[in-house]
Amino acid sequence: MTNEAEGGANRRDFLHVAAATMGGVGAVVAAWPFIDQMNPAKDTLALASVEVDISNIAPGEAVVVKWRGKPVFVRHRTEAEIEQARAVPIADLVDKQTDADRVQEGHADWLVVMGVCTHLGCVPLGTRSGEERGDFGGWFCPCHGSHYDTAGRIRKGPAPKNLEVPVYSFVNDNTVKIG
Amino acid sequence: MITMKFVKNIAIALAAVAGLSGAALASAGADKHPMEMEWEFSGPFGKFDLASTQRGWQVYKQVCSNCHALKYFHFRNLSEIGYEENMIKAFAAEYTVAGDIDDAGDPTERAGRPEDAFPSPFANENAARASNGGALPPDLSLIIKARHDGANYVFSLLNGYEDAPAGHEIPAGKHYNAYFKGGAIAMAAPLSDGVLEYEDGTPATQEQMAKDVVNFLTFVGDPHMQTRHQLGVAIVLFLAFWAAVLFLSMKRLWKPVKEGKNFYEGK
Amino acid sequence: MAEWKATKPNNKALAWVEERLPIISLVNNVVGKDTPTPRNLNYWWNFGSLAGLMLVIQIVTGVVIAMHYAANTGLAFDSVERFVRDVNYGYLIRAMHANGASFFFIAVYIHIFRGLYYGSYKAPRELVWMLGLVIMLLMMATAFMGYVLPWGQMSFWGATVITNLFSAIPVVGDSIVTLLWGGFSVDNPTLNRFFSLHYLLPFVLAGVVILHLWAKKISDSGNPLGIDVKSGADQIPFHPYYTVKDGFGVAVFLLIYMCYVTFMPDALGHPDNYIPANPMSTPDSIVPEWYFLPFYAILRSITFDIGIPFTDVVIVPAKLLGVLAMFGSIILLFFLPWLDTSKVRSTKFRPVYFWFFWILVADMVLLTIVGGKKPEGIWPVVGLIGTAYYFAHFLVVLPLLGKIEKTLPLPESIANPVIKAAE
Repeated sequence: MTNEAEGGANRRDFLHVAAATMGGVGAVVAAWPFIDQMNPAKDTLALASVEVDISNIAPGEAVVVKWRGKPVFVRHRTEAEIEQARAVPIADLVDKQTDADRVQEGHADWLVVMGVCTHLGCVPLGTRSGEERGDFGGWFCPCHGSHYDTAGRIRKGPAPKNLEVPVYSFVNDNTVKIG
Repeated sequence: MITMKFVKNIAIALAAVAGLSGAALASAGADKHPMEMEWEFSGPFGKFDLASTQRGWQVYKQVCSNCHALKYFHFRNLSEIGYEENMIKAFAAEYTVAGDIDDAGDPTERAGRPEDAFPSPFANENAARASNGGALPPDLSLIIKARHDGANYVFSLLNGYEDAPAGHEIPAGKHYNAYFKGGAIAMAAPLSDGVLEYEDGTPATQEQMAKDVVNFLTFVGDPHMQTRHQLGVAIVLFLAFWAAVLFLSMKRLWKPVKEGKNFYEGK
Repeated sequence: MAEWKATKPNNKALAWVEERLPIISLVNNVVGKDTPTPRNLNYWWNFGSLAGLMLVIQIVTGVVIAMHYAANTGLAFDSVERFVRDVNYGYLIRAMHANGASFFFIAVYIHIFRGLYYGSYKAPRELVWMLGLVIMLLMMATAFMGYVLPWGQMSFWGATVITNLFSAIPVVGDSIVTLLWGGFSVDNPTLNRFFSLHYLLPFVLAGVVILHLWAKKISDSGNPLGIDVKSGADQIPFHPYYTVKDGFGVAVFLLIYMCYVTFMPDALGHPDNYIPANPMSTPDSIVPEWYFLPFYAILRSITFDIGIPFTDVVIVPAKLLGVLAMFGSIILLFFLPWLDTSKVRSTKFRPVYFWFFWILVADMVLLTIVGGKKPEGIWPVVGLIGTAYYFAHFLVVLPLLGKIEKTLPLPESIANPVIKAAE
């Protein structure tokens, strides 16, 4: 394009570069709404936390709550179960966490864990009365035989990690807010 | 050549005007043309009048909600008109909504939560009609967008109750309203001076309440309006600037072509 | 006829691709530096690329909306409201899609009228024109079905009225309508198939766009003078000259479009479509979107049966006649290259046709207005006159005018137009 140079219109002219750059930047910015629409919508986010009434859960019992599409176990532990969990030497554990790490201070009788086995994502048994609780009195995952103790820690079986503790807080003595 | 250009331009302008406004002009609205009001939300820089919108929420809650549902409005949306989370929780908790099915298989009820939609005053359409002399109070979520010149129309309708002119027969159970199509509306005048007391102390005149509830319903119908307007201004500024730069770039690029330089001959 | 030039990219990776699939040559030969293009194209030539831009915007926004839309009569309206209210930027994307249809039609209609003014449909570009008409028909079908999807009052009743048109067909009409509905009224099966086709047709349309461009490449672009390219002096490469000019058009067009999208997204829509569909109650008046109004006016303009005079024998009932007129008004355009007998392409050199062209434009504007009015008072008569002119323009004026019109002398070449010397 020798003609162009003679005509004084250089391809690298500032104007041409500015026009092309603005177009490019505009296109990139315009792409954002089309990507962001795939993120959770407001109605989904509004359900991102749930409040659970725990006043009706007697010691030794537990409930399952659906939170963000997955089960959460809320367990009211007995004194004996807390003792049992505290007595375990830390060296015996696969995923080394103390019981105190897994509950909130002043609410040691409440254990809140995700009901998702850390092995391959099955829902462990042991929450509803009458279900098998495994060798350590916590939960038992029937898929591949993982046993969890009364602090939700993995003790036996293929699962690599303790049951995950979600973010939660006590709104008052009778209400737990998960998420 | 000049006349040709002129004719061209006129024809283009006509085509544009007719094309764009044809649909809007097309169908008839109420019998009487609505009053023209000044709204803070109209125009490209239009915003929500938050204080008025909040008062409108009070009007809706205390008056309209007795008959009219607002199904697309959720309590959480109140945060967008300036309410704090704890106030929203308190508003929601005033209502009872359907809960989960309990262990015995029976339906339950629970207090409302911010994520809940505003509960409908009637269980279903038939129940609504039965309680309103056969007429169905429309859901108000989209009422402003679902009527021609919606904001002015709803405002006019709320202020449009008067005695029927002589010779205008109003059936039993209906009320005369000049702005309503046909003039006979099933809804009795819902607002009158002092029908409620505003929390912020504004005198609750009929006109004030009508204006406030229109502001609120406009927000419910088009909750992203203000954001969209702001985004629009940014987009328009960007595109105008880009168009200007492109225009100059084009002029510079085309200069040799306009001067008659050749590009393909002799290649 | 356009010659094909092979591109030899310097970049090794590009050269490797080019050897196996000459895609770079393809771009260069259609919209690139190896595309010789008449040097005198005016701004009316911008609307082809603008139509292409709108097609892309419609497909992108449409695919996004389909991620959130539920094609079920019980959920459709709610799912659109949820998209607008709760999904991130849903309000923007929906407004872009709804207004995008209007702006797509604006671009296409201007593009078509440009073709009519400059005789772009004449030999050797008949197929370019006809493929363009196929695109327009696909657009109309797509737009019509898309308007049904939000399942508002106007969606439902528009679908009912338009599908009922087919019942005018003798003998099999009612069976066809039942087939279209998949039931005994517009209902869930109808909504589902409309969604499926609304998603499919734009891609078919995009395919036809490629044929449209291919045919254009073979016959070269027309130009405002309507004379053939004589030498290289008449031409400039498409890139960068027309890419930059098209870019400028894009910026200006987007500016107007985004004003609608962000400041008055509902200005082109009908308020009744914010009322959920109710099969038990018809709105006061059923008005199609503005881009269908001229054709809707033609449909409604025929209110008389054709029969044997002074008897009750009806040969073609009014309903069928209206439907035939509406479809005929578009089918007619396929024959335009042969109906127009003038050898001169550009209206610049046709002083008489010039006036008829603008009468046609005014007639379309008039029909648009009539289509939006209730068929009362003078409107049915105005509509009938408008319809009559529309058909007369193509069936009487164009064939005759070509024979009798005294055209102005054509310039020798694009590079050296006599018209310039005359001024």
